Amino acid sequence: MQSIVGQVPGFVGATGAFDLTFLLVLIPAVSAAVLLLGGRRTNAWGHLLGCAAPIASFAIGLVLFFGLLGKNTNDRQVDQHLFSWVPAGSFHVSVSVLIDPLSAVFVLLITGVGSLIHIYSVGYMAHDPDRRRFFGELNLFVAAMLLLVLADNFLLLYVGWEGVGLASYLLIGFWSYKPTAAVAAKKAFLVNRVGDLGLSLAIMLMFTTFGSVSFRDVFDTASSAHRGTVTAIGLLLLLGACGKSAQFPLQSWLLDAMEGPTPVSALIHAATMVTAGVYLIARSHPIYDVSNDARVLVEIVGAVTLVMGAIIGCAYDDIKKVLAASTMSQIGYMMLAVGLGPGAYAIGILHLLTHGFFKANMFLGAGSVMHGMNDEVNMRRYGGLRKVMPVTFWTFAAGYLAIIGFPLTSGFFSKDKIIEAALDKGGPEGWVLGLLALAGAGLTAFYMSRLMIMTFFGNRRWAKDVHPHESPSVMTSPMVVLAVGSLVAGGLLVLGGSLQHFLTPSVGGSVEVGVHTIAPGVLTALTLVVIAGGVAAAWWLVARKPVPVEQPLNVTPVTWAARRSLYGDALNESVFMRPGAYLTRALVFFDGRGVDGAVNGFAAMVGGTSARARRSQTGFARSYALSMLAGATVVMAALMIARVG
Amino acid sequence: MDVTSSSNFPWVTVLALLPLIGTLGIMLTPRESHDTVKRVALGTSLVTLAGTVAMCLEYKTNGARFQFVQSYDWIKAFGVHYAVGVDGIALVLILMTAVLTPVIILASWHEAEDGKRGVRTFFALLLATEAIILGVFGSLDVFLFYVLFEAMLIPIYFLIGSYGGPRRSYAAVKFLLYSLAGGLLMLVAVIALFVVSAHRLKHGTFDYRALLAGDLHIGHGEQVALFLGFFIAFAIKAPLWPFHTWLPDAAAEAPTGVAVMLVGVLDKVGTFGFLRFCIPLFPWAARELAPYILGLCVTGILYGALLAIGQRDMKRLVAYSSVSHFGFIALGIFAFTTQGGSGATLYMVNHAFSTGALFLVVGFLASRRGSRMIDDFGGAAKVAPWLGAAVLVAGLSALSLPGLSTFVSEFLVLVGTFTVHRWFAVVAIFGIVLAAVYVLWMVQRTIHGPVREGIETFRDLGSREAWVIAPVLAVIVVLGIYPKPLLDAINPAVKHTFSTVRPHDPAPSVPVTLGGPR
Repeated sequence: MQSIVGQVPGFVGATGAFDLTFLLVLIPAVSAAVLLLGGRRTNAWGHLLGCAAPIASFAIGLVLFFGLLGKNTNDRQVDQHLFSWVPAGSFHVSVSVLIDPLSAVFVLLITGVGSLIHIYSVGYMAHDPDRRRFFGELNLFVAAMLLLVLADNFLLLYVGWEGVGLASYLLIGFWSYKPTAAVAAKKAFLVNRVGDLGLSLAIMLMFTTFGSVSFRDVFDTASSAHRGTVTAIGLLLLLGACGKSAQFPLQSWLLDAMEGPTPVSALIHAATMVTAGVYLIARSHPIYDVSNDARVLVEIVGAVTLVMGAIIGCAYDDIKKVLAASTMSQIGYMMLAVGLGPGAYAIGILHLLTHGFFKANMFLGAGSVMHGMNDEVNMRRYGGLRKVMPVTFWTFAAGYLAIIGFPLTSGFFSKDKIIEAALDKGGPEGWVLGLLALAGAGLTAFYMSRLMIMTFFGNRRWAKDVHPHESPSVMTSPMVVLAVGSLVAGGLLVLGGSLQHFLTPSVGGSVEVGVHTIAPGVLTALTLVVIAGGVAAAWWLVARKPVPVEQPLNVTPVTWAARRSLYGDALNESVFMRPGAYLTRALVFFDGRGVDGAVNGFAAMVGGTSARARRSQTGFARSYALSMLAGATVVMAALMIARVG
Repeated sequence: MDVTSSSNFPWVTVLALLPLIGTLGIMLTPRESHDTVKRVALGTSLVTLAGTVAMCLEYKTNGARFQFVQSYDWIKAFGVHYAVGVDGIALVLILMTAVLTPVIILASWHEAEDGKRGVRTFFALLLATEAIILGVFGSLDVFLFYVLFEAMLIPIYFLIGSYGGPRRSYAAVKFLLYSLAGGLLMLVAVIALFVVSAHRLKHGTFDYRALLAGDLHIGHGEQVALFLGFFIAFAIKAPLWPFHTWLPDAAAEAPTGVAVMLVGVLDKVGTFGFLRFCIPLFPWAARELAPYILGLCVTGILYGALLAIGQRDMKRLVAYSSVSHFGFIALGIFAFTTQGGSGATLYMVNHAFSTGALFLVVGFLASRRGSRMIDDFGGAAKVAPWLGAAVLVAGLSALSLPGLSTFVSEFLVLVGTFTVHRWFAVVAIFGIVLAAVYVLWMVQRTIHGPVREGIETFRDLGSREAWVIAPVLAVIVVLGIYPKPLLDAINPAVKHTFSTVRPHDPAPSVPVTLGGPR
């Protein structure tokens, strides 16, 4: 077995094309500033600039990517120092960007999928009076997300981390005049703040332990630190990852986040931002390589969330919320993968990339459906859309095949490998995780088939004034590109282990386990059987009879709970919000009566009655002058005494 | 005359005199010529700002500890000097004061018209306040500091009492009584300090540098008593929990500009006092009492934030959020680490702009609606998008969003505390979640949501308002990205300040150089 613990090859200083790395972040940031500060003057061409920015970053990203390929494997970590940011004693953080295989694939995902979604938004938001602001905020997101993945230290990563949170807040609340959107935006930010506690404490603990917060210093020395400290850092980072990636127990915000415009759901809440937690864990792999306990907890969080999300996805009728629950579940798979440790990090990233394609694809498809259906999201009001929206249907179908893991589509390669890697862990750990992942595959097949059937097949249950139509080509073209990606990206990325090899300098190489728990061929067959079972079950339960327009109420307790997202909100409400409200009210009362009352009593004592005090403030000025005089006298007297003494 | 720096231009005296000249100028203009008065006030504050910038450019971050020093005997018999000069901490606070004063004056353009003492007095008092505050930050004599510290009360008392909201008299008197109580304690301590110096140094002195250099070796019991005398006065001024209850009333009743002056600028004298006097002069007491003070700070951070969540009046909300923020500042100071101290000093500057911005936008909202109550608002961003954006950015700076200036200082305070008092930092950090609650909840209820009745006629930011808020927000953004110039000035001063309580920051447990393979 190849040891990768503590092995972090040195970073190389940026030269040549790599001097452009900072432009990746700067271009969308400047574009965002222009669009947000430029006001109405930029309305006419704002969306064009908004699209140009991520495309420009994508082009630079490609140049850097091929630049990396042209280097020796060990030189593929290029660091560009920009300026010293926070110097305070031994705490010294600089603004520096690191381009390495891991950040490079993220750059391409963010700017590539990001560009497509920007283009799609030109059509989707065409009638919105605030389209320019939308593009400004979307550019802000791209800049922050690129900063997140390019930072070469944890504090700068944290800036990107909260920057994407801000963009997410702004975009969930884009239609902030809708109370539901305003509440959902706030909720997303607050839940993420709880996760951020973990990330900030982790950074502080790193500084206390290593005297540095840069990736290189922390990762170089992780293995020589006290094991318990490393575990604590790992758990705190995981808390941060749970918030950003909507993993249990901080998952509750993601379903509400669907209040945002659909391109936002596709880019931020499916393809990129919500996968930042997975990035954080993969990036911090030297921590998890040292601390087995922290690593195991990552696995558990992933496995629990993947099942939870899948169960929730089976019950909702809102097409976006089904996709959101599915995102939770799929990120659970990625978490599980990166929690499996050395060798599996690359598999997690592979699933992250393929998911970026197929989930963005399906969200854009859902947006296209909504566009044609007067923004209806209830799948019980859909049906038979296959005929009227053929492009949407076929592109969506590509995403569908990919997510359920149909042979040779993208998801087939990535998900299968996660199940395999989980089982290969061996022992009870391997069996439990592997079987949960397998069960998740079946559930995924079920809820996605249910979505497909309810939306595109069966009888037309449209509301009276709805006349569905295919979307304009500015929207469908990005969908077609993503559909192709959904089908072939996975295959290309695993061809000859290409992604795995490429990522080795960042996350360590593959680990050859001599014995598989279940032979890969058998496992693939088994997985396919489970998936087929899920599809069949969906057909049996949904497709055989007309879908009722009203949600049926005589359902099992499990469905009931799943419709309430497994009581995540109810828990938050009763454990945090209500007691918090009582505490706040009690303190407000106490501050007015207790602390302040004592002082007012004192004031009344000094100045006679407080009523008199209110009447004659000039009197107070006079007595103030008097007291100053008295004070001065006391000073003089004391000085005399002191001199005499 | 004593010269300890390469430049001996009397910057502090000049800068403190400039606003005073403006005050005189204003008193000489005719009572009715409001516009002249305002222009003179604004012009004076801008000239003072220009002077301050010049001083900062001339300041050498690696130079002497105190620069631009002037020292003359004032009351020779009692060792009182007119001694002024700045270290890096005083420098950035003076800069902060000079930058905010023009903003405050412009923000107060129409505030004074209904006040009972007239427009002229209002602006004269504002400039006088600036002059005194510049003097306080610049003084290097304990007695001079004390006199100016007490003198600050007078203009603010009249500004609140004569130009404030409906409960202005109550608020002004409460502010005065609280401050007087603290001032008296400090007076006692100041006198006692002189007595001690007379004993130890043969000749009694109030000269701060002489007191520092004299190595007083004050007895432990005396140190604690003296420390507390100064500390309580500063804790009231700052204000620290549980000495805070005057602040919400004073800040809520004060006119917007005065609230910014009071909470943003003047209250920093309290936290400045901790650094200037409490720690270097009474190091033993500071070390002994620090854990208790840290306890007060952490309590205040959470208490202030929870109270802010519970407020229905926006101005009171901002005031309570400041109680929480002052807890952070004091936390960083009494952690005695470079990160904590530098972070706290930077926090003082950043808080002035952040809270200033919040008071300003709340003032904009209140002036349109004629109410400060959150319940009277809703949907303002829909009808007035620029105003909405200003409210949002001000709010984000209050919750210390990374990328904005407040994040840098708050993180430094927390990391500086964490390295020496882990659990205090862990509890304090919950303040950042609560900050998100009070900010975002207010944002949701005031500018988001459906447009409420009485809001639909809101006009967007006017050009004067834009000129008021834009520089403040710009500072918040710029200092978030590039705080280095300020930190470079602050760091050496903080190191000097803590040299007696903790000469060296704790070393990391696994230094990088001893780490794994390179």
